[in-house]
Amino acid sequence: MLVLEKRKVPSRFWARATPLLAVILTMLAGGALFALLGKDPVEAVRTIFWDPLFSEFAFYYRSQILVKAWPLILIAVGLSLGFRAGIWNIGAEGQYIMGAILGGAVGLAFYPAEGWYIFPLMILAGALGGLLWAMVPAILRTKFGTNEILVSLMLVYVAENILSSVSFGILKNPQGFGFPGSRNLNDYAASANMDLIEGTGLHWGGAAALLAVMLAWGLLTRHILGYRIRLSGEAPRAARFGGVDPDRLVLICLGVSGALAGLAGLFEVTGPAGQLSPDFNVGYGFTAIIVAFLGRLHPLGILLAGLLLGLTEVGGGIAQQNLGLPSASIKAFQGMLLFFLLAMDVFTDYRLRFRREEAI
Amino acid sequence: MKRRTFLASAALALGIAGAGAALAEEKMKAGFVYVGPVGDFGWTYQHDQGRQAVKAEYGDKVETTFVENVPEGADAERVMTQMALGGADIIFATSFGYMDAVQKVAKKFPNVKFEHATGYKRADNVATYSARFYEGRAVIGTIAGRMTKTNKIGYIASFPIPEVIRGINAAYIHAKKVNPDVEFKIVWVYTWFDPAKEADAATALIEQGVDIIMQHTDSPAAMTIAEEKGIMAFGQASDMSQFGPNAQLTAIIDNWAPYYVERVGAVMDGSWKSQDTWHGFKEGMVQLAPYSSKVPSEVQAEADAMKQAIIEGSYHPFTGPLNKQDGTPWLKEGEVADDGTLAGMNFYVEGIEGEIPQ
Repeated sequence: MLVLEKRKVPSRFWARATPLLAVILTMLAGGALFALLGKDPVEAVRTIFWDPLFSEFAFYYRSQILVKAWPLILIAVGLSLGFRAGIWNIGAEGQYIMGAILGGAVGLAFYPAEGWYIFPLMILAGALGGLLWAMVPAILRTKFGTNEILVSLMLVYVAENILSSVSFGILKNPQGFGFPGSRNLNDYAASANMDLIEGTGLHWGGAAALLAVMLAWGLLTRHILGYRIRLSGEAPRAARFGGVDPDRLVLICLGVSGALAGLAGLFEVTGPAGQLSPDFNVGYGFTAIIVAFLGRLHPLGILLAGLLLGLTEVGGGIAQQNLGLPSASIKAFQGMLLFFLLAMDVFTDYRLRFRREEAI
Repeated sequence: MKRRTFLASAALALGIAGAGAALAEEKMKAGFVYVGPVGDFGWTYQHDQGRQAVKAEYGDKVETTFVENVPEGADAERVMTQMALGGADIIFATSFGYMDAVQKVAKKFPNVKFEHATGYKRADNVATYSARFYEGRAVIGTIAGRMTKTNKIGYIASFPIPEVIRGINAAYIHAKKVNPDVEFKIVWVYTWFDPAKEADAATALIEQGVDIIMQHTDSPAAMTIAEEKGIMAFGQASDMSQFGPNAQLTAIIDNWAPYYVERVGAVMDGSWKSQDTWHGFKEGMVQLAPYSSKVPSEVQAEADAMKQAIIEGSYHPFTGPLNKQDGTPWLKEGEVADDGTLAGMNFYVEGIEGEIPQ
C-alpha cells in the first residue's frame, strides 16, 4: 500500500517544484472545469495564460498585468515576513484601505495647491495609516494575548465602514453633485501617481514593490532581524533561548506588513483607482495571502507569484469577454492554484512510499 | 491603438468605395459591463435581458459580449479598454461608479460609442441614460400606504445618493397621502449587491414591526425573507415573484431592452449622438409587474390611474405643496419639481424620520 513517510528534512527540490506543479495541475483541472461549462478547454487556458502576453493587444495587457501585480507584491512581501515568524496578519485589506484614506486625505487637504512635497507627504501618510491600523492587533496581542488573526481580520470590516463614511462625508468631492467618492486624485497633478514611463504600467507603486522585494531579500539573508524572523518561525523555543523578544517581533512584523499594505493602498488610490469611493477595495489584501504562499514566502518567489496572479486576472477578464466564461469560474480557477499548492506541499515534508502490507 | 484607428479608417474607406458586401460581413460589436453577476435576478439581470433583446432583434448582424462582476475603478477601465481593443463599436457601462473609467477610456477611443447608466458626465462619444424609477416608487408607495396594517413600512436603501433618496421621497409622499399614519423605517446597507446584508436588513426591519418591505438593492434576498416571515414586499428591478409568490405585491421592472435596441441600431445606421436620456412609464423603461391577487381591486384601480396620469403627463409625483424635512418650503401648491433638482436631490421631504447619512 501507499504510505506517507515524514522526511527528516524538508525536500528542497519539492519546495521549488511544487509551485510549478500546482500551476500545471490548475491548468488541467481548470481545463476540465471549462470543458464541463461547454467551452474549449485548450482555448480557455490559452486565453488566460498566453493571450495577455503574446496576443495582438499584448502591449496593453502587459501593462495591466503589472498594474494588478504591484499591490499584490507589495502587500505579500510584508505579509511573508510575519508568516515566516508565525505572526498571522490576515487583515492587510484593512490596512490597505486605511493607508489609502490617510494618504488620500493628506493630498486632498492640500488641494488645489501644487508642490513637489505633496506626493512624498502622501506616501508617508499612506504608510502611517497602514502601520497604525496594524498596530491595533499588534498591541492587543502583546498586551492582552489576543489572537491577531481574528483582530486583524475583523478590523477589515471596520476599515470598510470608515471608507464608506469618508466617501460620503468629509472626503466627498464638493463638486460631485452629492454622489459618493472623493475628488479624482489623478486629475490633481500634485497627487497623481502616473506611469514613470508612459504606457508601461510601472508607476510609483511598482518602484516601491521592486524596492520592497530587494530590501526583504537583504533583510532575510543578511540581517540579524531576518535571522530572528526565520528562527522564530522554524524553532520558537530556540529563538526564545537565543534572546529573541517575541513581543518586539510581533510589533515589527505587523508594523512592516501594515505599512507596506498602506503604501499599496496609497499608490492604488492615487494611480489606477483614482479616487476614494465605497467600492475602492477589491480584495488585494486577501489575494496577497495567496501570493505570499504561492511565492514560498520568498521575496523573489512573491514577485513571480504576483505577476502570475496578475496574469490570471487579466487573462480571466479576456476569457470572460471572448469566450463567455462566467466570472465565478475564473475565481474558482484562481482558488485551485492555492488549493493545489497546499496539497502538493505534502511532498515537501513527506515522501510517498510503496510498502507491502505485512501479513498478521 | 494605432492599429485600431488604422483598421477603422480602412473600414471607412471601404465603405465609401461602396464595398458594402465586405462591411456586411463585419459584424457590429456591442459590449456590456456589469457590476454584479447576470444571475442576480435584479439590476444586472435586467441589463442582460436588454443585451439579449439586442441579440434577438439584430441576430447575426450584431455580436454582443459581456463581462460580469466588474468592480468600479481600475478594473472597469481595463475591461472597457479590452472591449474597445477587441473591436467593440458601442459599450454599455451599467453602473454609476464606472463614470470616471468611462470618461478615461472614451478619450482614448474616440470612434467607440459609450453609454453610461445613471451617470451625469457626457462627452462627444459618451451618452448617459437612466430611468425615472421614482414614478414606479410613487405607485408602490400608494399601494403600500393602502395595504399596511402596522402602518410601518421598511425601506432597504443602498447608498445615500440622489437616485436612492428620490425613491424614498417618492414612495413616502404617496404612502402618506393615502394613509397619514404611515411611518418609514429606513436601513442603509452601503452595497448594491450583498444578499447576506440585504437579508439581515430585512430581518431587522421586520423586528421593528414593519409589514411591508421596499428595497433599493439588487438581489431578491429581502423578498425571500419577506416570504418566510409572511409579510409583504415589492420586487426591485426585476419581477421577483418566483422568490416571493405570496409576498410580492408588485415589482418595479427596469426595462432596458427598447433603449438598447434603439441605441445599437443608431450606431448601425450612423445616427448615434451623445445625449442624456431619462425615460419613465411613458416610454416603457419603467414597468410594473402584475399585481398580486392580494392587492384589492380598488387599490389596483387607484394604482393604475396614477400610472396612467403619469404617462399622460397630467400628474407628476413631485407636485407641491411639499416641504423639506426641516420644514422649509420646497414646492408651492401645484408647483412641479424640475429635473435638475430631482437629479441632485439630497434631502428628505417633511415627515420622514431620521437623517440622510453623511
